[in-house]
Amino acid sequence: MTDALVDLPDLRVEPRWRRLIGRLLADRSAVLGGAILLLLLVCAVAAPLIAPYDPLAIAPMARLRPPSPQHWFGTDEVGRDLFSRIVYGTRYFLLICAVAASISASIGTLLGLLAGAGSALVDGVIMRLIDVLLAFPYILMVLVVVAILGPSLWTGMAAVGIAGIPGYARLIRSAVLGVKREDYVDGARVLGASETEILFGTVLPNVLSPLIVYLSYATPLAALLASALSFAGLGAQPPIPEWGAMLVNARTYLFSAWWAVTAPGAALFVAIFGLNVLGNGLRDVLDPQG
Amino acid sequence: MARYVLRRLLLAVPVVVGIMLITFLIKAVIPTDAVTAQFQGQMSEADAAQAIAALRAKYHLDLPWYRQFVLYVESLLHGDLGESIRLRRPVSSEIGFRYLNTLMLTGAALSIALVVGMGTGILAAVRRNSWLDVTATTVGLFGTSMPAFFFGLLLILVVSVWLRWLPVVPRGPAAIVLPALALGLIEAAPLSRVTRTAMIDVLRRDYIRAARARGTGEIALVLRHALPNALLVVLTVIGLQIGNLLGGAFIVETIFSWHGIGELAVEAIGWRDFALTQAVILVSAGTYLAVNLVADILYAWVDPRVELAA
Repeated sequence: MTDALVDLPDLRVEPRWRRLIGRLLADRSAVLGGAILLLLLVCAVAAPLIAPYDPLAIAPMARLRPPSPQHWFGTDEVGRDLFSRIVYGTRYFLLICAVAASISASIGTLLGLLAGAGSALVDGVIMRLIDVLLAFPYILMVLVVVAILGPSLWTGMAAVGIAGIPGYARLIRSAVLGVKREDYVDGARVLGASETEILFGTVLPNVLSPLIVYLSYATPLAALLASALSFAGLGAQPPIPEWGAMLVNARTYLFSAWWAVTAPGAALFVAIFGLNVLGNGLRDVLDPQG
Repeated sequence: MARYVLRRLLLAVPVVVGIMLITFLIKAVIPTDAVTAQFQGQMSEADAAQAIAALRAKYHLDLPWYRQFVLYVESLLHGDLGESIRLRRPVSSEIGFRYLNTLMLTGAALSIALVVGMGTGILAAVRRNSWLDVTATTVGLFGTSMPAFFFGLLLILVVSVWLRWLPVVPRGPAAIVLPALALGLIEAAPLSRVTRTAMIDVLRRDYIRAARARGTGEIALVLRHALPNALLVVLTVIGLQIGNLLGGAFIVETIFSWHGIGELAVEAIGWRDFALTQAVILVSAGTYLAVNLVADILYAWVDPRVELAA
């Protein structure tokens, strides 16, 4: 009974996400970036297990010690272990990326969907607003929001997130304008789907690809800006072990204790580099023409 | 051409109003204004209340927001940027020389970015897949991941502390070297990438092959035939990059104590000195808008198809 009369070819299609993962694993830069991101995640989750010292514990007897077997990356101006602070810093780095990216991507996508699919009036109002916001260089917009909300870790993250909204909105709008003309959207409408169902059920899934590609560009940029804010004293405040904030005091000791500057700076560089190469890999896989 | 320029200028008007509205918002939406912050805990309650009321009236903080906005725009049109509550003098007197400093720094940085970025981009495109190309691409990738403030500190560490080529606190013309390098080299990275792509694209065209077939020398081929066409793409990127330079100046000026508007902005926000913050942001946004306007017009002048399409 199990013998089929005709050998049919196997028509099962691999799910799209599994194909994407396979292609990502074959992409060298995606693997390198993924490995760095994984390392950051492990450090963030297991920070208490990895870090040999309390990141906030002050040890006046051990201030500004150079790197040694006891203190791998040396100690800072009040004797805190830099390696431990950098391990804990991964938590702030990832938090900043997550919060800033969620704010810009969610609100930006919503505005882009509304502008792209809404009436000409809605589109006109939203786009003029976006034009004005884009007339500010990114960092200037961030400073505007910080000036309004006041400097702190959370307002810094929010500011970077809010300043990123117009970029997402413009991208999603143009993607929606393209998708809106596709036959499957008309199909859904003929089948009786409401406008809201079409917007979120049909249009949104089809603009996810450009959204992810843009996320991969914008997130490392947002992380850079957030750490620059902390460095300028307008974001995370010392003694928080945020890498940008760690450089604030360390730069005073540049001449006597270079390690206090290079350790957090290098951590920031490696993390951003990881996000950038992961982004390159994602773009190659999701957007082969781009 | 004149009609195109006029159209672009008209399109900029709502943006200018928007910029003024946003900078105005900085002061309008803050729960405690700078005046209140200044007097809290410094005098007896009654004296403080009186002083606050007097100052609030002086700065029109007691009017509804839309009246304040009209007054704000009026004073802007008269060239009055307000008075810094911290420095106790007109904002315009503080901004003037700092603006020149920032222009000098961004100008120097832009020259470095152009020479290094376009130079390596052209070389990488001509010697495609050579070690030079691979090095330029790798360094470029590092450049896009490098925080400007960390790069600045590394420059001080290497050039001033280890090599002792420059004093740690340089005076005179030497003072601009490191900040301009920090700002310019980071912006050279994306410029190099764009130039490389644009040049590779142009070098593939038929007219280049035709020129080569006619026996045009390699250098003339690259510089006279290919580069002008690749420049079209590069020009738009340069417009955007001046924005990045203006933005990067906030951080780099802070590291190198370069007294430009970037450093002033960071200080003003820290002091909660809103008139100063507003003015700095207004001036920066205005400059960015003007630069992009000029870039657009230049673009249409270089490539007349843009004007027709608009």
